[in-house]
Amino acid sequence: MPSVKFIEHNGTEHVVDGTNGDSLMMIATSNLVPGIDADCGGECSCATCHVLVDASWVDKLAPATETEESMLDLNPDRESNSRLSCQIPMSDELDGIVINLPEFQY
Amino acid sequence: MTNIVIIGGGQAAGQAVASLRQEGFEGKIDLIGEEPSLPYQRPPLSKAYLSGALEASKLLVRPEKFYQDRDVATHLGSPVKHISPQERTVTVGETEFSYDKLLIATGGRPRKLTLPGSDLSGIHYLRTLQDVDNIRAHMATAKNLCIVGGGYIGLEVASVAVTLGVTVNVLEMESRILQRVTTPFMSDFYHQLHTERGVHIHTETTCQGFRGQSGKVSHVLCGNQEIEADLVIVGIGIIPNIELAETAGLACDNGILVDDHCKTSDDNIFAAGDCTNHPNALLNRRLRLESVPNAMDQARTAATNMLGGDKTYATVPWFWSDQYDLKLQMLGFSQDADAAVLRGDPGTRQFAQFYLSEGKIIAVDAVNSPKEFMVAKQLHGVAVSPEDLANLDVDLKSLVPST
Repeated sequence: MPSVKFIEHNGTEHVVDGTNGDSLMMIATSNLVPGIDADCGGECSCATCHVLVDASWVDKLAPATETEESMLDLNPDRESNSRLSCQIPMSDELDGIVINLPEFQY
Repeated sequence: MTNIVIIGGGQAAGQAVASLRQEGFEGKIDLIGEEPSLPYQRPPLSKAYLSGALEASKLLVRPEKFYQDRDVATHLGSPVKHISPQERTVTVGETEFSYDKLLIATGGRPRKLTLPGSDLSGIHYLRTLQDVDNIRAHMATAKNLCIVGGGYIGLEVASVAVTLGVTVNVLEMESRILQRVTTPFMSDFYHQLHTERGVHIHTETTCQGFRGQSGKVSHVLCGNQEIEADLVIVGIGIIPNIELAETAGLACDNGILVDDHCKTSDDNIFAAGDCTNHPNALLNRRLRLESVPNAMDQARTAATNMLGGDKTYATVPWFWSDQYDLKLQMLGFSQDADAAVLRGDPGTRQFAQFYLSEGKIIAVDAVNSPKEFMVAKQLHGVAVSPEDLANLDVDLKSLVPST
Protein backbone atom coordinates (compact mmCIF):
# COMPACT_ATOMS: atom_id res chain seq x y z
CA MET A 1 0.00 0.00 0.00
CA PRO A 2 1.48 3.39 -0.94
CA SER A 3 1.98 5.83 1.90
CA VAL A 4 1.72 9.59 2.30
CA LYS A 5 3.55 11.82 4.72
CA PHE A 6 1.41 14.78 5.80
CA ILE A 7 3.22 17.48 7.75
CA GLU A 8 1.06 19.87 9.77
CA HIS A 9 1.89 23.54 9.87
CA ASN A 10 3.30 23.06 13.38
CA GLY A 11 5.64 20.33 12.13
CA THR A 12 3.69 17.29 13.35
CA GLU A 13 4.14 14.43 10.89
CA HIS A 14 1.53 11.82 9.96
CA VAL A 15 2.64 8.90 7.82
CA VAL A 16 -0.46 7.06 6.63
CA ASP A 17 -1.28 4.35 4.11
CA GLY A 18 -3.51 5.14 1.16
CA THR A 19 -5.47 3.15 -1.37
CA ASN A 20 -4.73 3.71 -5.05
CA GLY A 21 -7.45 5.84 -6.61
CA ASP A 22 -8.42 7.55 -3.35
CA SER A 23 -7.64 11.26 -3.29
CA LEU A 24 -5.05 12.66 -0.92
CA MET A 25 -7.93 14.56 0.68
CA MET A 26 -9.79 11.30 1.43
CA ILE A 27 -6.62 9.71 2.76
CA ALA A 28 -6.05 12.67 5.09
CA THR A 29 -9.60 12.89 6.41
CA SER A 30 -9.90 9.11 6.81
CA ASN A 31 -6.84 9.20 9.03
CA LEU A 32 -7.87 12.26 11.05
CA VAL A 33 -4.98 14.32 9.74
CA PRO A 34 -5.92 17.83 10.89
CA GLY A 35 -5.79 20.88 8.64
CA ILE A 36 -7.99 19.75 5.77
CA ASP A 37 -11.67 20.72 5.93
CA ALA A 38 -12.91 19.38 2.58
CA ASP A 39 -16.32 20.97 2.97
CA CYS A 40 -17.57 19.96 -0.46
CA GLY A 41 -16.46 16.35 -0.16
CA GLY A 42 -14.08 16.36 -3.09
CA GLU A 43 -15.95 18.11 -5.89
CA CYS A 44 -13.44 20.89 -6.40
CA SER A 45 -16.08 23.36 -5.21
CA CYS A 46 -14.73 24.83 -1.99
CA ALA A 47 -10.91 24.98 -1.93
CA THR A 48 -10.79 23.94 1.74
CA CYS A 49 -8.40 21.04 1.10
CA HIS A 50 -5.47 23.22 0.06
CA VAL A 51 -2.04 21.60 0.48
CA LEU A 52 1.55 22.39 -0.46
CA VAL A 53 3.22 19.53 -2.29
CA ASP A 54 6.87 18.95 -1.44
CA ALA A 55 8.95 20.40 -4.27
CA SER A 56 10.52 17.07 -5.22
CA TRP A 57 7.07 15.57 -5.91
CA VAL A 58 5.42 18.38 -7.85
CA ASP A 59 6.52 17.13 -11.26
CA LYS A 60 5.11 13.67 -10.63
CA LEU A 61 1.55 15.03 -10.47
CA ALA A 62 -0.83 15.64 -13.33
CA PRO A 63 -1.19 19.39 -13.74
CA ALA A 64 -4.10 21.21 -12.12
CA THR A 65 -7.24 21.71 -14.20
CA GLU A 66 -8.43 25.20 -15.00
CA THR A 67 -11.07 25.00 -12.27
CA GLU A 68 -8.58 23.92 -9.64
CA GLU A 69 -6.14 26.59 -10.78
CA SER A 70 -8.82 29.30 -10.48
CA MET A 71 -9.84 28.13 -7.01
CA LEU A 72 -6.23 28.21 -5.85
CA ASP A 73 -5.35 31.52 -7.40
CA LEU A 74 -7.25 33.52 -4.83
CA ASN A 75 -5.90 31.66 -1.83
CA PRO A 76 -3.88 34.07 0.32
CA ASP A 77 -1.43 31.25 1.17
CA ARG A 78 -0.96 30.28 -2.46
CA GLU A 79 2.51 29.05 -3.40
CA SER A 80 3.88 27.64 -6.63
CA ASN A 81 3.44 24.12 -5.19
CA SER A 82 -0.17 24.67 -4.03
CA ARG A 83 -2.75 22.05 -4.96
CA LEU A 84 -6.22 20.97 -3.90
CA SER A 85 -5.75 17.55 -2.34
CA CYS A 86 -9.15 16.30 -3.55
CA GLN A 87 -7.79 16.51 -7.09
CA ILE A 88 -4.77 14.25 -6.56
CA PRO A 89 -5.50 10.53 -6.78
CA MET A 90 -3.12 8.18 -5.00
CA SER A 91 -1.01 5.82 -7.09
CA ASP A 92 2.06 3.61 -6.71
CA GLU A 93 4.13 6.35 -8.34
CA LEU A 94 3.23 8.64 -5.45
CA ASP A 95 4.32 6.19 -2.75
CA GLY A 96 6.10 8.25 -0.10
CA ILE A 97 4.82 11.65 -1.29
CA VAL A 98 5.34 14.48 1.18
CA ILE A 99 2.50 16.96 1.67
CA ASN A 100 2.71 20.11 3.77
CA LEU A 101 -0.46 21.51 5.27
CA PRO A 102 -1.17 25.24 5.46
CA GLU A 103 -2.05 26.92 8.74
CA PHE A 104 -5.56 27.84 7.61
CA GLN A 105 -8.15 26.82 5.06
CA TYR A 106 -10.23 29.65 3.57
CA MET B 1 -17.34 12.78 30.54
CA THR B 2 -17.41 9.28 29.09
CA ASN B 3 -20.39 8.81 26.75
CA ILE B 4 -21.43 10.74 23.67
CA VAL B 5 -24.40 9.63 21.61
CA ILE B 6 -25.03 10.92 18.10
CA ILE B 7 -28.45 10.48 16.53
CA GLY B 8 -28.29 10.63 12.75
CA GLY B 9 -26.22 9.10 10.00
CA GLY B 10 -25.64 11.97 7.61
CA GLN B 11 -22.73 14.29 7.01
CA ALA B 12 -23.14 16.24 10.24
CA ALA B 13 -23.07 12.98 12.23
CA GLY B 14 -20.04 11.71 10.31
CA GLN B 15 -18.13 14.94 10.77
CA ALA B 16 -19.00 15.09 14.47
CA VAL B 17 -17.48 11.64 15.02
CA ALA B 18 -14.28 12.70 13.28
CA SER B 19 -14.06 16.02 15.11
CA LEU B 20 -14.65 14.43 18.52
CA ARG B 21 -11.81 11.98 18.00
CA GLN B 22 -9.63 14.65 16.42
CA GLU B 23 -10.09 16.82 19.50
CA GLY B 24 -8.91 14.00 21.67
CA PHE B 25 -12.16 12.59 23.08
CA GLU B 26 -11.38 9.02 24.14
CA GLY B 27 -14.74 8.05 25.63
CA LYS B 28 -17.52 6.00 24.10
CA ILE B 29 -19.21 7.22 20.92
CA ASP B 30 -22.47 5.65 19.79
CA LEU B 31 -23.57 6.64 16.30
CA ILE B 32 -27.24 5.74 15.84
CA GLY B 33 -28.48 6.08 12.27
CA GLU B 34 -31.86 5.31 10.80
CA GLU B 35 -30.44 4.55 7.36
CA PRO B 36 -28.61 1.26 6.79
CA SER B 37 -25.47 3.02 5.49
CA LEU B 38 -22.57 4.67 7.28
CA PRO B 39 -22.55 8.46 6.83
CA TYR B 40 -22.30 9.32 3.15
CA GLN B 41 -22.26 12.40 0.94
CA ARG B 42 -25.69 13.42 -0.30
CA PRO B 43 -24.82 16.07 -2.91
CA PRO B 44 -23.62 13.56 -5.54
CA LEU B 45 -26.90 11.62 -5.24
CA SER B 46 -28.68 13.94 -7.66
CA LYS B 47 -25.54 14.41 -9.78
CA ALA B 48 -22.64 12.00 -10.36
CA TYR B 49 -24.19 9.05 -8.50
CA LEU B 50 -27.48 9.35 -10.37
CA SER B 51 -25.66 9.46 -13.70
CA GLY B 52 -23.59 6.40 -12.76
CA ALA B 53 -20.27 8.28 -12.87
CA LEU B 54 -19.62 7.68 -9.18
CA GLU B 55 -19.92 4.35 -7.36
CA ALA B 56 -21.58 3.91 -3.97
CA SER B 57 -18.36 3.09 -2.10
CA LYS B 58 -17.00 6.52 -3.06
CA LEU B 59 -19.92 8.23 -1.35
CA LEU B 60 -18.92 7.27 2.18
CA VAL B 61 -17.69 10.25 4.17
CA ARG B 62 -15.14 7.93 5.72
CA PRO B 63 -14.54 4.22 5.13
CA GLU B 64 -15.90 1.52 7.45
CA LYS B 65 -12.42 0.85 8.79
CA PHE B 66 -12.28 4.40 10.15
CA TYR B 67 -15.10 3.70 12.60
CA GLN B 68 -13.54 0.41 13.69
CA ASP B 69 -10.07 1.88 14.12
CA ARG B 70 -11.41 4.81 16.13
CA ASP B 71 -13.59 2.66 18.31
CA VAL B 72 -16.92 4.18 17.26
CA ALA B 73 -19.94 1.96 17.90
CA THR B 74 -22.23 2.28 14.88
CA HIS B 75 -25.87 1.27 15.12
CA LEU B 76 -27.29 1.49 11.62
CA GLY B 77 -30.84 0.91 10.46
CA SER B 78 -31.79 1.89 14.01
CA PRO B 79 -34.59 4.42 14.36
CA VAL B 80 -34.56 6.15 17.74
CA LYS B 81 -37.86 5.88 19.62
CA HIS B 82 -37.30 8.33 22.40
CA ILE B 83 -34.92 10.78 24.06
CA SER B 84 -35.17 11.32 27.79
CA PRO B 85 -33.28 14.49 28.76
CA GLN B 86 -34.00 13.84 32.46
CA GLU B 87 -32.52 10.34 32.43
CA ARG B 88 -30.00 11.31 29.73
CA THR B 89 -30.90 8.26 27.69
CA VAL B 90 -31.78 7.48 24.09
CA THR B 91 -34.03 4.51 23.40
CA VAL B 92 -33.71 2.33 20.29
CA GLY B 93 -36.09 -0.63 20.27
CA GLU B 94 -35.59 -2.25 23.67
CA THR B 95 -32.07 -0.84 24.10
CA GLU B 96 -31.20 2.24 26.12
CA PHE B 97 -28.07 4.28 25.47
CA SER B 98 -26.84 6.60 28.22
CA TYR B 99 -25.18 9.87 27.32
CA ASP B 100 -23.31 12.67 28.97
CA LYS B 101 -23.73 14.75 25.83
CA LEU B 102 -26.06 14.09 22.93
CA LEU B 103 -25.87 15.38 19.36
CA ILE B 104 -29.03 15.40 17.29
CA ALA B 105 -28.22 15.40 13.58
CA THR B 106 -31.42 13.97 12.17
CA GLY B 107 -31.48 16.05 8.99
CA GLY B 108 -34.67 16.34 7.00
CA ARG B 109 -37.02 14.31 4.90
CA PRO B 110 -38.66 15.16 1.59
CA ARG B 111 -41.97 16.96 1.72
CA LYS B 112 -44.50 14.50 0.33
CA LEU B 113 -47.43 15.03 -1.98
CA THR B 114 -50.79 13.77 -0.80
CA LEU B 115 -52.73 13.96 -4.01
CA PRO B 116 -54.97 11.49 -5.84
CA GLY B 117 -52.69 8.77 -7.17
CA SER B 118 -49.59 9.86 -5.26
CA ASP B 119 -49.06 6.31 -3.97
CA LEU B 120 -48.75 4.83 -7.48
CA SER B 121 -45.49 3.07 -8.17
CA GLY B 122 -42.99 5.03 -10.24
CA ILE B 123 -43.34 8.15 -8.08
CA HIS B 124 -40.11 8.85 -6.23
CA TYR B 125 -38.55 11.29 -3.79
CA LEU B 126 -34.82 11.96 -3.64
CA ARG B 127 -32.99 12.17 -0.36
CA THR B 128 -31.29 8.87 0.42
CA LEU B 129 -28.99 6.44 -1.31
CA GLN B 130 -31.86 3.95 -1.36
CA ASP B 131 -34.10 6.54 -3.07
CA VAL B 132 -31.54 7.02 -5.84
CA ASP B 133 -30.93 3.29 -6.26
CA ASN B 134 -34.68 2.94 -6.82
CA ILE B 135 -34.69 5.84 -9.26
CA ARG B 136 -31.72 4.47 -11.18
CA ALA B 137 -33.43 1.11 -11.55
CA HIS B 138 -36.45 2.89 -13.09
CA MET B 139 -34.44 5.40 -15.10
CA ALA B 140 -32.77 2.66 -17.15
CA THR B 141 -36.06 1.93 -18.91
CA ALA B 142 -37.93 5.21 -18.44
CA LYS B 143 -39.04 7.16 -21.48
CA ASN B 144 -40.86 10.07 -19.90
CA LEU B 145 -39.70 11.60 -16.67
CA CYS B 146 -41.81 14.25 -14.99
CA ILE B 147 -40.16 16.26 -12.23
CA VAL B 148 -42.45 18.01 -9.78
CA GLY B 149 -40.65 21.08 -8.44
CA GLY B 150 -38.17 23.34 -10.21
CA GLY B 151 -35.58 23.60 -7.45
CA TYR B 152 -31.93 22.59 -7.56
CA ILE B 153 -32.58 18.90 -6.93
CA GLY B 154 -35.17 18.74 -9.69
CA LEU B 155 -33.00 20.61 -12.17
CA GLU B 156 -29.94 18.51 -11.42
CA VAL B 157 -32.00 15.39 -12.05
CA ALA B 158 -33.35 16.95 -15.25
CA SER B 159 -29.83 17.57 -16.53
CA VAL B 160 -28.79 13.97 -15.88
CA ALA B 161 -31.95 12.45 -17.33
CA VAL B 162 -32.17 14.50 -20.51
CA THR B 163 -28.49 13.76 -21.15
CA LEU B 164 -29.34 10.04 -20.90
CA GLY B 165 -31.96 10.55 -23.60
CA VAL B 166 -35.07 10.56 -21.42
CA THR B 167 -37.86 13.03 -22.23
CA VAL B 168 -38.08 15.41 -19.28
CA ASN B 169 -40.90 17.68 -18.13
CA VAL B 170 -40.47 19.94 -15.10
CA LEU B 171 -43.51 21.34 -13.30
CA GLU B 172 -43.07 24.51 -11.26
CA MET B 173 -45.92 26.11 -9.33
CA GLU B 174 -44.34 29.56 -9.23
CA SER B 175 -43.81 31.95 -12.11
CA ARG B 176 -40.15 30.93 -12.45
CA ILE B 177 -37.90 28.02 -11.54
CA LEU B 178 -35.62 28.42 -8.49
CA GLN B 179 -37.88 31.21 -7.25
CA ARG B 180 -37.32 30.39 -3.58
CA VAL B 181 -33.54 30.37 -3.85
CA THR B 182 -32.31 32.80 -6.47
CA THR B 183 -32.87 35.97 -8.46
CA PRO B 184 -34.98 36.31 -11.63
CA PHE B 185 -31.74 36.76 -13.58
CA MET B 186 -30.41 33.34 -12.55
CA SER B 187 -33.82 31.72 -12.96
CA ASP B 188 -33.94 33.00 -16.55
CA PHE B 189 -30.43 31.75 -17.24
CA TYR B 190 -31.20 28.24 -16.04
CA HIS B 191 -34.61 28.20 -17.70
CA GLN B 192 -32.97 28.98 -21.03
CA LEU B 193 -30.16 26.49 -20.47
CA HIS B 194 -32.52 23.61 -19.75
CA THR B 195 -34.85 24.55 -22.59
CA GLU B 196 -31.94 24.51 -25.03
CA ARG B 197 -30.98 21.05 -23.83
CA GLY B 198 -34.50 19.82 -24.49
CA VAL B 199 -36.10 19.94 -21.04
CA HIS B 200 -39.74 21.09 -21.09
CA ILE B 201 -40.31 23.52 -18.23
CA HIS B 202 -43.87 24.40 -17.23
CA THR B 203 -44.09 27.33 -14.82
CA GLU B 204 -47.26 28.36 -12.98
CA THR B 205 -48.24 24.73 -13.25
CA THR B 206 -49.48 22.86 -10.22
CA CYS B 207 -49.45 19.10 -9.99
CA GLN B 208 -52.96 18.02 -9.00
CA GLY B 209 -52.59 14.28 -9.03
CA PHE B 210 -51.52 11.23 -10.96
CA ARG B 211 -53.17 8.68 -13.19
CA GLY B 212 -51.89 5.17 -13.65
CA GLN B 213 -52.40 1.69 -14.98
CA SER B 214 -52.02 -1.51 -12.97
CA GLY B 215 -50.73 0.46 -10.01
CA LYS B 216 -48.04 2.20 -12.03
CA VAL B 217 -47.98 5.90 -12.84
CA SER B 218 -48.68 6.85 -16.46
CA HIS B 219 -49.68 10.53 -16.34
CA VAL B 220 -49.24 13.59 -14.17
CA LEU B 221 -52.37 15.72 -13.94
CA CYS B 222 -52.13 19.50 -13.88
CA GLY B 223 -55.16 21.61 -14.69
CA ASN B 224 -56.44 20.79 -18.14
CA GLN B 225 -53.18 19.14 -19.02
CA GLU B 226 -52.07 15.55 -18.66
CA ILE B 227 -48.36 14.91 -18.98
CA GLU B 228 -47.22 11.44 -19.93
CA ALA B 229 -44.82 10.05 -17.34
CA ASP B 230 -43.60 6.57 -16.53
CA LEU B 231 -41.26 8.01 -13.91
CA VAL B 232 -41.98 10.90 -11.53
CA ILE B 233 -39.53 12.53 -9.17
CA VAL B 234 -40.91 14.95 -6.63
CA GLY B 235 -38.57 17.61 -5.28
CA ILE B 236 -40.65 20.15 -3.40
CA GLY B 237 -38.55 20.76 -0.34
CA ILE B 238 -37.48 19.30 2.94
CA ILE B 239 -39.15 18.99 6.32
CA PRO B 240 -36.67 19.07 9.22
CA ASN B 241 -36.75 15.97 11.41
CA ILE B 242 -37.56 17.59 14.75
CA GLU B 243 -40.13 15.18 16.18
CA LEU B 244 -37.72 13.42 18.57
CA ALA B 245 -36.48 16.77 19.86
CA GLU B 246 -39.98 18.16 20.19
CA THR B 247 -41.24 15.14 22.11
CA ALA B 248 -38.24 15.43 24.40
CA GLY B 249 -39.34 18.97 25.22
CA LEU B 250 -36.59 20.81 23.34
CA ALA B 251 -37.47 24.21 21.93
CA CYS B 252 -38.27 23.97 18.21
CA ASP B 253 -39.50 26.45 15.64
CA ASN B 254 -38.98 25.51 11.99
CA GLY B 255 -36.09 23.34 13.13
CA ILE B 256 -34.49 22.51 16.44
CA LEU B 257 -33.57 25.82 18.03
CA VAL B 258 -29.87 26.07 18.82
CA ASP B 259 -27.65 28.94 19.91
CA ASP B 260 -24.45 30.01 18.14
CA HIS B 261 -22.66 27.16 19.96
CA CYS B 262 -25.07 24.60 18.44
CA LYS B 263 -26.57 23.95 21.87
CA THR B 264 -30.29 23.29 22.19
CA SER B 265 -32.50 24.44 25.05
CA ASP B 266 -31.04 21.52 27.07
CA ASP B 267 -27.44 22.03 28.23
CA ASN B 268 -26.48 18.44 27.46
CA ILE B 269 -28.03 18.27 24.01
CA PHE B 270 -26.55 19.78 20.86
CA ALA B 271 -27.84 19.74 17.30
CA ALA B 272 -26.24 20.21 13.89
CA GLY B 273 -27.13 20.27 10.21
CA ASP B 274 -30.36 20.51 8.25
CA CYS B 275 -32.51 19.89 11.34
CA THR B 276 -31.39 23.06 13.13
CA ASN B 277 -32.68 26.58 13.24
CA HIS B 278 -29.62 28.60 14.19
CA PRO B 279 -28.56 32.21 14.59
CA ASN B 280 -26.08 33.70 12.13
CA ALA B 281 -24.45 36.81 13.56
CA LEU B 282 -22.86 37.72 10.21
CA LEU B 283 -26.28 37.92 8.59
CA ASN B 284 -28.12 39.05 11.70
CA ARG B 285 -30.92 36.51 11.51
CA ARG B 286 -31.87 32.93 12.24
CA LEU B 287 -31.56 30.34 9.48
CA ARG B 288 -32.57 26.82 8.69
CA LEU B 289 -30.34 25.63 5.88
CA GLU B 290 -30.25 22.61 3.64
CA SER B 291 -26.53 22.68 3.13
CA VAL B 292 -23.54 20.37 3.47
CA PRO B 293 -21.00 23.07 4.44
CA ASN B 294 -23.41 24.17 7.16
CA ALA B 295 -23.78 20.60 8.41
CA MET B 296 -20.00 20.10 8.52
CA ASP B 297 -19.32 23.42 10.22
CA GLN B 298 -22.03 23.00 12.80
CA ALA B 299 -20.81 19.47 13.52
CA ARG B 300 -17.29 20.77 14.19
CA THR B 301 -18.68 23.53 16.39
CA ALA B 302 -20.91 21.15 18.33
CA ALA B 303 -18.07 18.65 18.83
CA THR B 304 -15.76 21.29 20.29
CA ASN B 305 -18.44 22.64 22.58
CA MET B 306 -19.65 19.21 23.74
CA LEU B 307 -16.10 18.68 24.97
CA GLY B 308 -16.24 21.90 26.97
CA GLY B 309 -14.76 24.21 24.35
CA ASP B 310 -16.02 27.61 23.30
CA LYS B 311 -16.51 27.74 19.55
CA THR B 312 -18.96 30.08 17.87
CA TYR B 313 -20.61 29.22 14.59
CA ALA B 314 -20.67 32.13 12.15
CA THR B 315 -20.16 31.41 8.46
CA VAL B 316 -21.63 32.96 5.36
CA PRO B 317 -23.72 30.16 3.81
CA TRP B 318 -22.61 28.81 0.47
CA PHE B 319 -23.99 26.22 -1.90
CA TRP B 320 -23.18 24.60 -5.20
CA SER B 321 -25.07 22.90 -7.99
CA ASP B 322 -23.81 20.94 -10.99
CA GLN B 323 -26.00 20.90 -14.07
CA TYR B 324 -24.67 19.67 -17.44
CA ASP B 325 -21.11 20.97 -17.67
CA LEU B 326 -21.92 24.01 -15.55
CA LYS B 327 -20.71 24.41 -12.03
CA LEU B 328 -22.71 26.95 -10.09
CA GLN B 329 -21.23 28.20 -6.82
CA MET B 330 -23.32 30.49 -4.66
CA LEU B 331 -22.45 32.48 -1.58
CA GLY B 332 -24.68 34.57 0.67
CA PHE B 333 -28.25 35.67 0.17
CA SER B 334 -28.86 37.71 -2.93
CA GLN B 335 -32.32 38.82 -1.80
CA ASP B 336 -30.68 41.29 0.61
CA ALA B 337 -28.97 43.16 -2.24
CA ASP B 338 -29.68 46.68 -3.47
CA ALA B 339 -27.49 46.31 -6.56
CA ALA B 340 -26.18 43.61 -8.87
CA VAL B 341 -23.01 43.61 -10.95
CA LEU B 342 -22.49 41.21 -13.82
CA ARG B 343 -18.96 40.05 -14.62
CA GLY B 344 -18.61 38.14 -17.88
CA ASP B 345 -21.13 37.19 -20.51
CA PRO B 346 -23.88 34.67 -19.69
CA GLY B 347 -23.83 33.72 -23.38
CA THR B 348 -20.39 32.18 -22.86
CA ARG B 349 -21.71 30.14 -19.90
CA GLN B 350 -18.97 31.61 -17.78
CA PHE B 351 -20.00 34.58 -15.67
CA ALA B 352 -20.65 35.77 -12.17
CA GLN B 353 -23.44 37.91 -10.83
CA PHE B 354 -22.23 39.79 -7.76
CA TYR B 355 -24.77 41.25 -5.34
CA LEU B 356 -24.02 44.35 -3.31
CA SER B 357 -25.67 46.10 -0.41
CA GLU B 358 -24.57 49.64 0.33
CA GLY B 359 -21.57 49.05 -1.91
CA LYS B 360 -20.42 45.90 -0.11
CA ILE B 361 -20.33 42.39 -1.59
CA ILE B 362 -22.97 40.25 0.12
CA ALA B 363 -23.56 37.44 -2.38
CA VAL B 364 -22.49 35.91 -5.66
CA ASP B 365 -23.82 33.42 -8.17
CA ALA B 366 -20.79 32.17 -10.09
CA VAL B 367 -21.23 29.94 -13.14
CA ASN B 368 -18.05 28.16 -14.19
CA SER B 369 -16.26 31.00 -12.39
CA PRO B 370 -14.56 29.59 -9.32
CA LYS B 371 -12.29 32.59 -9.01
CA GLU B 372 -15.24 34.95 -8.72
CA PHE B 373 -16.75 32.68 -6.09
CA MET B 374 -13.52 32.70 -4.09
CA VAL B 375 -13.33 36.50 -4.31
CA ALA B 376 -16.81 36.83 -2.87
CA LYS B 377 -15.93 34.36 -0.13
CA GLN B 378 -12.96 36.46 0.88
CA LEU B 379 -14.52 39.88 0.33
CA HIS B 380 -17.93 39.25 1.87
CA GLY B 381 -19.03 42.44 3.58
CA VAL B 382 -16.22 44.45 1.98
CA ALA B 383 -16.85 47.50 -0.20
CA VAL B 384 -15.58 47.15 -3.77
CA SER B 385 -15.80 49.23 -6.88
CA PRO B 386 -18.64 47.90 -9.08
CA GLU B 387 -16.71 49.06 -12.14
CA ASP B 388 -13.70 46.92 -11.16
CA LEU B 389 -15.93 43.93 -10.49
CA ALA B 390 -17.55 44.20 -13.91
CA ASN B 391 -14.31 44.82 -15.78
CA LEU B 392 -12.79 41.58 -17.04
CA ASP B 393 -9.48 43.38 -17.53
CA VAL B 394 -9.21 43.92 -13.79
CA ASP B 395 -7.60 40.91 -12.13
CA LEU B 396 -9.82 40.03 -9.18
CA LYS B 397 -6.74 39.15 -7.22
CA SER B 398 -5.86 42.84 -7.11
CA LEU B 399 -9.07 43.50 -5.15
CA VAL B 400 -8.11 41.15 -2.33
CA PRO B 401 -5.84 42.76 0.24
CA SER B 402 -2.65 40.71 0.50
CA THR B 403 -1.89 39.17 3.87
